[in-house]
Amino acid sequence: MRETKEVYLDNSATTRIAKEAVDAMVHAMTVAFGNPSSLHRKGMEAERIINEGRETLASLLGVKAREIYFTSGGTESNNLAIKGVAYARRRYGKHLITTAIEHPSVLEVFRQLEEEGFSVTYLSVDKTGHIKLEELEQALKPETILVSIMYVNNEVGSIQPIEDAINIIAKNKNTLFHVDAVQAFGKISLVPNLRGIHLMSLSAHKIYGPKGVGALYVREGTRIMPLFNGGGQESGLRSGTENVPGIAGFAAAAELVFKNLDSWQAKMRELKERLKTGILSEIPDTVLNGPENGAPHILNVSFLGTKAEVLLHALESHGIYVSTGSACSSNKKGKSHVLAAMGKTAEEIDGAIRFSFSPFLSVEDIDYTLEVLKKEVSVLRKFIRR
Amino acid sequence: MKRIYMDHAGTTPVRKEVLEAMIPYFTEKFGNASTIYSYGREAKAAIEEAREKVAHLIGADPKEIFFTGGGTESDNWAIRGIAHANKEKGKHIITTSIEHHAVLHTCEDLEKEGFKVTYLPVDKYGLVKVEDVINAITDETILVTIMHANNEIGTIEPIAEIGKALKKLDRKIYFHTDAVQTVGKIPVNVDELGVDLLSISSHKIYGPKGVGALYIRKGTRIKPFITGGAQENKRRAGTENVPGIVGFGKAAELAEQELQEQYKKLSYLRDKLIKGIMEKIPHVILNGHPTQRLPHNVNVCFKYIEGESLLLNLDMKGICASSGSACTSGSLEPSHVLLAIGLPPEIAHGSLRLTLGRDNTEEDVDYVLEVLPGIVQKLREMSPLFPKEGGN
Repeated sequence: MRETKEVYLDNSATTRIAKEAVDAMVHAMTVAFGNPSSLHRKGMEAERIINEGRETLASLLGVKAREIYFTSGGTESNNLAIKGVAYARRRYGKHLITTAIEHPSVLEVFRQLEEEGFSVTYLSVDKTGHIKLEELEQALKPETILVSIMYVNNEVGSIQPIEDAINIIAKNKNTLFHVDAVQAFGKISLVPNLRGIHLMSLSAHKIYGPKGVGALYVREGTRIMPLFNGGGQESGLRSGTENVPGIAGFAAAAELVFKNLDSWQAKMRELKERLKTGILSEIPDTVLNGPENGAPHILNVSFLGTKAEVLLHALESHGIYVSTGSACSSNKKGKSHVLAAMGKTAEEIDGAIRFSFSPFLSVEDIDYTLEVLKKEVSVLRKFIRR
Repeated sequence: MKRIYMDHAGTTPVRKEVLEAMIPYFTEKFGNASTIYSYGREAKAAIEEAREKVAHLIGADPKEIFFTGGGTESDNWAIRGIAHANKEKGKHIITTSIEHHAVLHTCEDLEKEGFKVTYLPVDKYGLVKVEDVINAITDETILVTIMHANNEIGTIEPIAEIGKALKKLDRKIYFHTDAVQTVGKIPVNVDELGVDLLSISSHKIYGPKGVGALYIRKGTRIKPFITGGAQENKRRAGTENVPGIVGFGKAAELAEQELQEQYKKLSYLRDKLIKGIMEKIPHVILNGHPTQRLPHNVNVCFKYIEGESLLLNLDMKGICASSGSACTSGSLEPSHVLLAIGLPPEIAHGSLRLTLGRDNTEEDVDYVLEVLPGIVQKLREMSPLFPKEGGN
């Protein structure tokens, strides 16, 4: 049952789609509904939509339109990037590097590649969830064909030192660099023109666009193997009738987000700071997980002596929606691999809640959340603790 | 000018009821189905409801339906997933030479990995013979993949007979059918067809693009394809495309309700269109089977004509048509399907596919029959190959 007051603080799981994106999609579903491969007018209208969408994304990233390939989402982009590089470049070597705190759609692919005979180095992270550059430097070998590092961690919001990593990786001629930017795109400023990055995964539904569509940036001249074959769409890299409405919605959402990047970033940071300070100063036995600053839209705090899932449902009864970790793993019993990699204690992991922000929240929403938290945490602690 | 869309095998518009079903899942019910609070549960419930509708349309158990990013992904998953999960039993796959490229190119790719593939021939109507399938089986065969109906020429393959014959064998060979063109057009039932895997696409049945499904019979050994998240019972990772899936479910429900009525209407219009073309225009060949044919498919070759210029001329008259499959319409190669049914390349180049849909009327058919002969005549007069005076 929902109360009148609703505070949606799970924007890293998914976002409410923007009206601009819905409008673009409805047009593509009803008017420009053709198959972009068709030669007739309806096909050309649809083709124009995907070409424009590609140009929009490319210009926002400062790259070429032909370097953008549309997929069914961030997970497919990550699968395509990592498997695509591994299979296309195995003659150069079979060593891969990633980090211990990647999204499951990256980690699972690397585990699968390990079963197939590749060797993978998983970089550790420090207490605040950042990789150590010396470790990356030491891990790189002549036979390293790929490094995959996420831009922003989805659970704790740590921003990885991507520019420094680029400089280190660039010394290795055979090594390509993939960045999972699903949580960074449209939230923080990225490396200009993606210089030094060979592949980058993007998702629409994290930036007020539709689910079921994402993109992979593949730098010109980078050869990768497609995941699947068929009609040869997306220059042969991703066959299948293009999701024209999805692409239209993605482009409209990206345009909106980039137009407001600075002000939305500032707004989210202010809200995050307010909630963070409020929790840490007014609720005892709370621990910040992740960096002091980090990404503007992700805050992760442990409420010691509580079970996160119980707290989540208590908040839900007040119309506040949060997450215990990443949405993708919240159905599983497994503990957060991210917090574990940061060296958090079992108690800290058990009581960890992720708040993820949008610019559409208000200061009142945050104050309401803080009040509810204060009350619910103390109630839960009476029941659970000691 | 009148605008007539007759390329429904290429894609279909999203129908109003489908769009209306999707809209709430864009806006107020936008949750991630993997989250455990009410928004997520609501999304999850909507996905399960759609799964039931899609399952019902093909006579499957909802647990056997897995949502994907579309028909191409479903085909790739089925074939690669079976090949990779069962390769220790054998590395031989049987398919036909007229499959969609999503199947053909995937099989070719597997050949590079060391699998052996038999591409069965078809007769002049595009039919594959059941005995050819059985004769092609070796001790190494692990998968047979044959499309339910051909997307270009509309011929419906004897899938149920092949399914029966495969069941009589003393060992299990998986059977996949690409039913992208048949689901929602003719009755499709996974048990009657005897298939273990079946690919479906949403945008061919007035649902949204970017979503499809793979039916996987319980107990089938198959590898996951896109990994990294527990979605779709750990078999297809990635945040579920909730609005897309809801739209697909609605489209499936409506397709099932209207199947009979649409079949009757479309096959009537199809027959009228074929008859009209054959009567009004000389030097025409009907491609595909005369009766064992999709109710909405017309495919003909006009001798001495180049299909692409025909399409452009039709487009100028407001008619959206295709020369064959939409996916290959950019290429200059003649259709692999038309070559497989024995047409010489110069005739295969003159193909026209008209695929009817629920919005087409008898007037639309009359209009096409009114403008098509003139266009064909004009193009033939410009062709150096056309025997002028007294020729045939």
